[in-house]
Amino acid sequence: MAAALFAAERGLSCIQIGNSGGLLFASGLLDLLGVHPVAEGRLWRSPYEGLAALARDEPDHPLARVDAASVRNALETFVAALGSAGLAYAPLADRNRKVLTPIGTVKTTFGVPRSMVAGSYALEARPPCLLVDFRGLREFSAAQIVATLGDRWPGLRHQQIEFPGYEAVPELYAAHLARALESAETRGRTIALVKPLLGDARVVGFPAVLGLARAGAVHAAFEAALRIPVFEIPTMPTSVPGLRLQGALESAVSARGVQRRQQARVRALSFEADGGSATLELVGIPGGERVLARAVVLATGRFSGRGLTADRGGACESILGLPVVQPDSREAWHQRDFLDPAGHAINRAGLSIDENWRPLGANGKPAWPGLYAVGSILAHQDWMRAKCGSGLSIATAWAAVDQVARQLRGNGAG
Amino acid sequence: MDFPGKIETQVLIIGGGATGTALARDLALRGVDCILVEKNDINAGASGRNHGLLHSGARYVAGDRETAMECSGEGAILKRVAAQTIQDTGGYFVAVQGDDERYIADFPSLCAQAGIAARAVDPAAARALEPELSDRAIAVFEVPDASIDPFRLSLETMAHARSLGARLMRRTRVVGFEREGRRIRAVQVQCGGEELRVEAAQVVNAAGAWARELTLLAGTPIEMSYSKGTLLVTHTRLAQRVLNRLRPPADADILMPGGTVSIVGTTSTPVNTLDDVQPTTADVDLIVAEAARMLPALETMRYIRAFAGVRPLVGSAGFVDGRAISRGYALFDHEDQGLDNFATITGGKLTTCRLMAERAADLVCRRLGVTRPCLTATMPLPVAAECAWTEPGRSPREWMRSHARDDTLLCECELVPGRAVDAIYDALRAAGDTPTLTDIGLRSRVGKGACQGAFCAPRAVAHLYKRGDFQARRGLAEIIDFFGERWRGQRAVLWGEQLAQAELTEALHCGTFGEELRGEELRDVRMDDAPRAAPNAGPAGKASR
Repeated sequence: MAAALFAAERGLSCIQIGNSGGLLFASGLLDLLGVHPVAEGRLWRSPYEGLAALARDEPDHPLARVDAASVRNALETFVAALGSAGLAYAPLADRNRKVLTPIGTVKTTFGVPRSMVAGSYALEARPPCLLVDFRGLREFSAAQIVATLGDRWPGLRHQQIEFPGYEAVPELYAAHLARALESAETRGRTIALVKPLLGDARVVGFPAVLGLARAGAVHAAFEAALRIPVFEIPTMPTSVPGLRLQGALESAVSARGVQRRQQARVRALSFEADGGSATLELVGIPGGERVLARAVVLATGRFSGRGLTADRGGACESILGLPVVQPDSREAWHQRDFLDPAGHAINRAGLSIDENWRPLGANGKPAWPGLYAVGSILAHQDWMRAKCGSGLSIATAWAAVDQVARQLRGNGAG
Repeated sequence: MDFPGKIETQVLIIGGGATGTALARDLALRGVDCILVEKNDINAGASGRNHGLLHSGARYVAGDRETAMECSGEGAILKRVAAQTIQDTGGYFVAVQGDDERYIADFPSLCAQAGIAARAVDPAAARALEPELSDRAIAVFEVPDASIDPFRLSLETMAHARSLGARLMRRTRVVGFEREGRRIRAVQVQCGGEELRVEAAQVVNAAGAWARELTLLAGTPIEMSYSKGTLLVTHTRLAQRVLNRLRPPADADILMPGGTVSIVGTTSTPVNTLDDVQPTTADVDLIVAEAARMLPALETMRYIRAFAGVRPLVGSAGFVDGRAISRGYALFDHEDQGLDNFATITGGKLTTCRLMAERAADLVCRRLGVTRPCLTATMPLPVAAECAWTEPGRSPREWMRSHARDDTLLCECELVPGRAVDAIYDALRAAGDTPTLTDIGLRSRVGKGACQGAFCAPRAVAHLYKRGDFQARRGLAEIIDFFGERWRGQRAVLWGEQLAQAELTEALHCGTFGEELRGEELRDVRMDDAPRAAPNAGPAGKASR
């Protein structure tokens, strides 16, 4: 989606194929770089300092190939686009922020939605703070968060309330609550239940259910009525912040004129030998469709996104069968310990690229002059352990689209 | 559990697997006071890592007739007295093109000689009833194999024993024997950091693969070798009946039905250690290749888990072919080794656990002068409500039948409600234990479905915090332990869909929750503003949780 966004902003005509369902697993947080080296579990206050170290230590890492200015521009542009679609993020600083997770651990991240940033400040200052919980919200327990943080935040406490109108409902779903809070009446009743519980709290946290399409307005209304900063805590997927992110990205991309084929998959992709044009045969559209493109950006993700697939014999790239850098044998794919600090070798498998973001074919040369690969499908990175997923996607998309623009200028009008 | 520093009983049983629990029940029914100590949890060894096959005995008719006949007799007994733990699915023995023709020809008469009913079935008719059978099947026999839930069996057996006065000490490890003359005076155990002494008139070592270690500790060593067996769990159930390969016993011969899945295996690999025995990708590839000759769908099947157990093979220090060693059990009275009140019962099969317990109980009672007879062959095993949640399919049925307003589903893969978790938790608390998420996983289907705990573990923990059962950082430690346990079964089957699922799991638990950082993120660890030559948060930073 980032690649489509950046291409459109540069005036390149663009079709985006495939659904953004993976975003439903997003937390709404944008990671740039949290941990390096992964095996040491070393945390970074400044992701840019971390990226500099990463570039020295792991020159094959995709983020090592993007200069710092481009990383900044990419993230600022991305966040600005989300803002224009109604999803506000806190201003991007030069340092990482910490947020609470639903199990009471603390996560290092970079881009934080405005509705969550008061929680980051609270984690640093640790003032008296109330966490509100809703009876029936299954996967969220404010009691657990408080218990897990325990002695490290003495002023943190929790209270559980009934969600207005849902008292007879045994199981609550975050998305339903979020929509319900877009009604002023439900908001009013919720606030009325919370106010008497505030006590000396100087900040109050909720599970991330403060609105869906109108999240900004709901958050602002809570702060105005409670008169103290309010923050959301990410919940388990499928989370409301993930839904918001997906919605805002889809809106931003469409608003910039990107044509979308969400339900389609690429059945076949072929290239003209002289590098002129690529032909994509799509399935999932009634009657099928054929798309001609001068450049193709492969941003199909890893195993959960189906960009890579694996059988007992090895991992493959799903559309073109491009060579996948991977360990020699499946026995080496995963460590014996799930949480082994070194991470799992299969997570670093993926496509190799040249300096222009083009994936290499079997002969070690770019598979096709106009084919690019970005994001988590790239080899030599472990985004889940380095906490660099969003940065990886956004920054590499930016750099590759830059290359695409160069290529197209070289070949004529864009 | 509160025990004084010294504990007394008539019989101390070491080992909480199928044999140890059956022995506790047998003795309790004869009015003998006993304590069972188990260093981990019920069925932590081979009893919890097998096919769940209640053998008709037909597998052993050619090479090991004694075992075959024991299985046949014991299978019939268990079907009568422990019916709630058994699904009498019946079984087929199936030979495919290329299998040993002489073995096929001899099979019916060998079964007849062992008293095992084996009825020839036309392969085409067999395939009509079991469509996944290979069309290369050349011979099929129907036998009275069945499926047994080894967890439910041991849990209900122990529950009955306790209702009759037997005591159970989990997480209690034997660390020494005090000998005086020809007797063991007391056994030293360690429980939660505390050292205790158990004085018992008789001591029985029912520790399965760990039996040899204990005999060394007691000074009466026995010979034993170890054979690892790996089993795979499929994503969907492939057959209604037990399916066996009709050939001299070899790897990957057996496919068991197990609720919504099938269990296929096994292997036999010599190992030297009992620690951290895990399935390997080589094990998995071997099983898939071999078993697919009987059931071709296994070649492309998704596997949700692999697990491995260690068989104790009595009587040889080293071996070339583990399958040539008898699967029979062995009872040692240690008298020629200088002890009069010690016994070891080991080897054997799940199917014969009741018989093994009877033999050991007979020896012990003779030594005690107790003349009451064994009742376990006829006394039904009572159903214990809190032990029933291990049965696949039970949770969904209960849920559909009725559930209270605030009883929500914690595990969506297996449809396990909060009520089940509560029942198990409360039962363990009532027995004086501190229940862990792993304990709950063992006694229910939580974490056994396709997601392998990715979602239900955090949900179950959130539920337990909301109930007030969990405090402090326990939930985080429990999630990490539970996951670590589930992972052991994952890594060898991670390809295809299962790999995609594992990636989502790691994205949630590491990418978002950061569990691999072990809570360090909240410390006031200096986060680096500038790169340094030496790492700052090294192992010392990870020392405490």
